[in-house]
Amino acid sequence: MAALENVSRRAVLLGLGAGALVLSLGLPSLAQEPEEPLKFGADAMPHGWRDDPRLFVSIAPDGTVTVTIHRSEMGQGVRTSIAMAVADELEADWSRVRVAQAPGDEPTFGNQDTDGSRSLRHFFGPMRRAGAAARQMLREAAAAEWGVPVDDVVAENHVLSHAASGKQAGYGDMAARAAEGEIPAREALVLKSPDRFRYIGRTDVGLIDNPGIVTGTAIYGMDAKAEGMLFAVVARPPVVGGRAVSHDAEAALKVPGVQRVVMIDPPPQPSAFQPLGGVAVIATNTWAAMRGRDALNIQWEDGPHGAYDSEAFKAELEQAARSTDGVVVRNQGDALAALQQAQRKVEAEYYIPHLAQAPMEPPAALAIIRDGRCEIWACVQAPQVTRVRVAEKLGLPPEAVTVNVTLLGGGFGRKSKPDFAIEAALLSREMDGAPVKVVWTRDDDLHHGFYHTVSVERLEAALDDSGRPVAWLHRTAAPTIGSIFAPDPMQKLPFELGMGLTNMPLDIPNVRAENPKAQAHTRIGWYRSVSNIPHAFAIQSFIAELAHEAGRDHRDYLLDVIGPARKIDPTELGDVWNYGEDPARYPVDTGRLRRVIETATEAAGWGREMPARRGLGLAAHYSFVSYVAVVAEVEVGEDGSVRIPAAHIAIDCGPHVNPDRIRSQMEGAVIMGSGQALMSQITFARGRAQQNNFDTYPVPRMDTAPREIHVHLVGGGDYGQPLGGVGEPGLPPVTPAIINAIFAATGQRIRRLPVGNQLSS
Amino acid sequence: MDITVNGQARSFEGDPEMPLLWYLRDELGLTGAKFGCGAGLCGACVVHIDGVASFSCVTPMTVAEGTQVVTIEGLSPDGTHPVQAAWQQLNVAQCGYCQAGQIMQAAALLAETPAPTDADIDAAMSQNICRCGTYPRIRAAIKRAAGQGA
Repeated sequence: MAALENVSRRAVLLGLGAGALVLSLGLPSLAQEPEEPLKFGADAMPHGWRDDPRLFVSIAPDGTVTVTIHRSEMGQGVRTSIAMAVADELEADWSRVRVAQAPGDEPTFGNQDTDGSRSLRHFFGPMRRAGAAARQMLREAAAAEWGVPVDDVVAENHVLSHAASGKQAGYGDMAARAAEGEIPAREALVLKSPDRFRYIGRTDVGLIDNPGIVTGTAIYGMDAKAEGMLFAVVARPPVVGGRAVSHDAEAALKVPGVQRVVMIDPPPQPSAFQPLGGVAVIATNTWAAMRGRDALNIQWEDGPHGAYDSEAFKAELEQAARSTDGVVVRNQGDALAALQQAQRKVEAEYYIPHLAQAPMEPPAALAIIRDGRCEIWACVQAPQVTRVRVAEKLGLPPEAVTVNVTLLGGGFGRKSKPDFAIEAALLSREMDGAPVKVVWTRDDDLHHGFYHTVSVERLEAALDDSGRPVAWLHRTAAPTIGSIFAPDPMQKLPFELGMGLTNMPLDIPNVRAENPKAQAHTRIGWYRSVSNIPHAFAIQSFIAELAHEAGRDHRDYLLDVIGPARKIDPTELGDVWNYGEDPARYPVDTGRLRRVIETATEAAGWGREMPARRGLGLAAHYSFVSYVAVVAEVEVGEDGSVRIPAAHIAIDCGPHVNPDRIRSQMEGAVIMGSGQALMSQITFARGRAQQNNFDTYPVPRMDTAPREIHVHLVGGGDYGQPLGGVGEPGLPPVTPAIINAIFAATGQRIRRLPVGNQLSS
Repeated sequence: MDITVNGQARSFEGDPEMPLLWYLRDELGLTGAKFGCGAGLCGACVVHIDGVASFSCVTPMTVAEGTQVVTIEGLSPDGTHPVQAAWQQLNVAQCGYCQAGQIMQAAALLAETPAPTDADIDAAMSQNICRCGTYPRIRAAIKRAAGQGA
């Protein structure tokens, strides 16, 4: 079953016990030292990586293997995929493999920020090594027990054997002895050759959490329980930076079941991951807490962002995008001169609104404080950050805080921010440490988010006689995620710019990218694929516009503008970030980008005759060191409604660990991207988010989602190649492919998202 | 108030306006039915009330009184209802949070319409939201559970 087990509570033989876990907190950080050569992947993350299989593999006397998963499961299948990697190298029988979820403890487990599409990218290798090391230790234990050379001991499918003597043992029989053995050095490990993989790359390994999910016994943050648990909801300031000036606690306390009304102080701004403050109602059940909150009659003071208005801000961003005083973030050749001299010039502006991640499970967390320790159960993407922030808030050392990670009912970046877990801890403290579960409603989720930014992207191009661009100017105006950490930074951060803007790999001689100023008036946060959303939408729409201007087929034009297959050093494009990866191992490979475009367009029958009001649209984008192309087929009704009968999505993400989960991520990306194209947006008026629930924040449903989704996996056979990301890179090209298809179907160019009723006039 | 949940007789004495969802989750500890919107908009909370797929988040206890309620925990004794089996075979779930509601919606659809058309599936299943985007697999799993292949 998929019950979440706290690893520190499991009886283990091979594996460290709870005490050892606590002791290991004192180990020095393995993060980068200045004199060392540059590190990448797991080794480069805070606290680095420890090659110690006992942290990740435990084997019970009955042979049950438990793999500790240190990354959060939010639908990407990581608990299954990591277990596959470990079990394969361990030569474990899959039917005897279980998983346990690691608590937030980065010094022990390595990086736990489940974001950036990097769980397998960073940890496929380390987890294979953990499995291989455990197998090696089992073989050594058997060799010692039997008095035979270790080279003659074979470990295969959960059985240790020695051919000459005919001796055999199960893994459980040797686990205790193996745990005492020496840990093999990283360099000494021999990994399996891919032709011997049992699970890696297989398409038929079921999800390890399936049984719990289909029977309703899987535990999410919202489902956390404790004896004597109280339930809380919080009325938060509707405007970021605001505060409650008065409220009617008496009225709330009259609601049967309401126990306490508690003020939470608003944090200083910018507030990073801190709760927004407000008034909490704590009750014996969720319903009573919600009714109590309804009775509070709070008077709010809005603070400096009380005038935030999306229409007015759009005009502000447009003005910024038309100004020439932005910071130049990439400059190659002389785009300004070329644009000035151009005979043929095209310019366009694109608007991409705020979005809410809106995971199906709204944020929820349970906290208990007892004997100077705090224990949290929560659906968090970053349990180690949660631990540190909760500890700070409570004035405890991090070692006194345990963050247990439940399953996440979707994350999409929202649950990287632990504000809701901090709320639970504060309210438990108010109740003398009693268990308190904070529940966010959908309204809370949409009103108090860490939203995807809002952007105006302005592009200008000069075309030569053949219609090919000779100059390219891109200005991006959008509030930065940095604004939640520093007062008014006004400029996008390198990682935001490196998401498709600076590292744009088109073969154009004169390229200039500028980033004019933009102020944030709400909390900006990560949203699946982040700044790739506006950058890819603008660039891929603009190329289609240029192709139209040039009178050329969009696919041929796109391939032409990408240019011949070549490997580009991202630092030469002005991208020093490169998703944190080694530019030598991860160049921008236009050959791979071309290939996904060719695959998707061929599969979709690009160029075929389409019936009236039907069209095919194409877009391609490189992000999270993977390459994705999408061809969407749309049908626009006479009433302006858009149907998407089919979509083809091709991804090259390097080697495949769990191909079925790559497919499912692409299917999900196509559907989520269709919502961004057609229907979803968060708008502000008087500083307040205007959308309350799924009626005003529509997302795709069965009848409005793209119908036939065809996923094409490109490349991937060579496990010596580095892995690309999977969770996020599917999303950016979907929206522009749909918008380009609408143009093909109707001749109408949509430059403002979402489409909404723009086609119904 | 008397109510039968997964075959077991229960009595409730709290706020009669409390939605069934919170009674199931907070009072009975049956957390299979999920909270997603609180307004009958997303279907994460779907349970069967006298055999009919219903949004438990907007069903007050006064309405649920005297009915037979079946939650995902009670759909089958061991998780082998054809819909549950198909869901596993096709790896429908991503995060899984909405799937209890999806499965209960689909089970009710198949009870009523054993061989649903795509239009039938659209009509029933569009009451449920999956933010991960598992709709193509949900459709295929319903067809498989209905014995139509896929």
